[in-house]
Amino acid sequence: MPASGDLIQAAAGGALIGLASVLLLAFNGRIMGVSGIWSNLIRASEGFGWRLAFVAGTVAAPLLVGVLRGGVEIQVDAPTPLLALAGLLVGAGTALGSGCTSGHGICGISRLSPRSITATLIFMAAGFVSVAIMRHVIGGGA
Amino acid sequence: MQILVALLSGLLFGAGLTLSGMVNPAVVLGFLDVAGDWNPALLIVMVSALAVALPGFRLLAGRKPLFAPRQFVPTRSDIDVPLVLGSLIFGIGWGLAGICPGPALAMLSIEPGRAVIFIAAMSAGMLAVHLIRR
Repeated sequence: MPASGDLIQAAAGGALIGLASVLLLAFNGRIMGVSGIWSNLIRASEGFGWRLAFVAGTVAAPLLVGVLRGGVEIQVDAPTPLLALAGLLVGAGTALGSGCTSGHGICGISRLSPRSITATLIFMAAGFVSVAIMRHVIGGGA
Repeated sequence: MQILVALLSGLLFGAGLTLSGMVNPAVVLGFLDVAGDWNPALLIVMVSALAVALPGFRLLAGRKPLFAPRQFVPTRSDIDVPLVLGSLIFGIGWGLAGICPGPALAMLSIEPGRAVIFIAAMSAGMLAVHLIRR
């Protein structure tokens, strides 16, 4: 169980994420669904400019936070083959399912979308099972 | 103006991911690890994000955006096989490394080597699906 300070930061960070999605909708009329933003960016389908700007902001943000807090530390345990497989499934799954944690989980639920509520419940459950198998059945891994 | 808003939104989103620990796969996996030492952080992040976004989206329903001609929001409400199957596949992949699209991008400035591998594979997966479904 993490420290209470971490959980407070979780709440603050969550609020920022929510705010980001509201701003994008209020001003640009766009859904802050990162899988869609990225997928359309790499296919140069439409809205290349704002999509690139959003991605640039997302990439730059940890650097700015790091400046204020003396660095950002994360732990990426997955070995390269597993990392690549994970990426492949996340890419294929979000494309097929039309969304991810930000698109369905935040924006879709905020719109009370039955599709998004369903999608979120399913990918959450799948995530739980995936980790349970990786950590408690197979052992080791990520 | 749309570009500036998108940049700001990305910055706030990335800052939120970083501050909350969502950019850290270990924290995400800690939430998904219901049988282990459970970390509720992700749940708190979602509840907090929804506390802002739910009323925000409700207020904005049907409103013309300030810098765009209209809202670009999905209109479907039916649940179909691609939605279910895709969500399953996404969830499985998410559980393998604790990384989803947003954090993967944010990770580029923290652990670029790892992030590039994931993002390249993720992009390949996306392109493959879009190619097959064309």
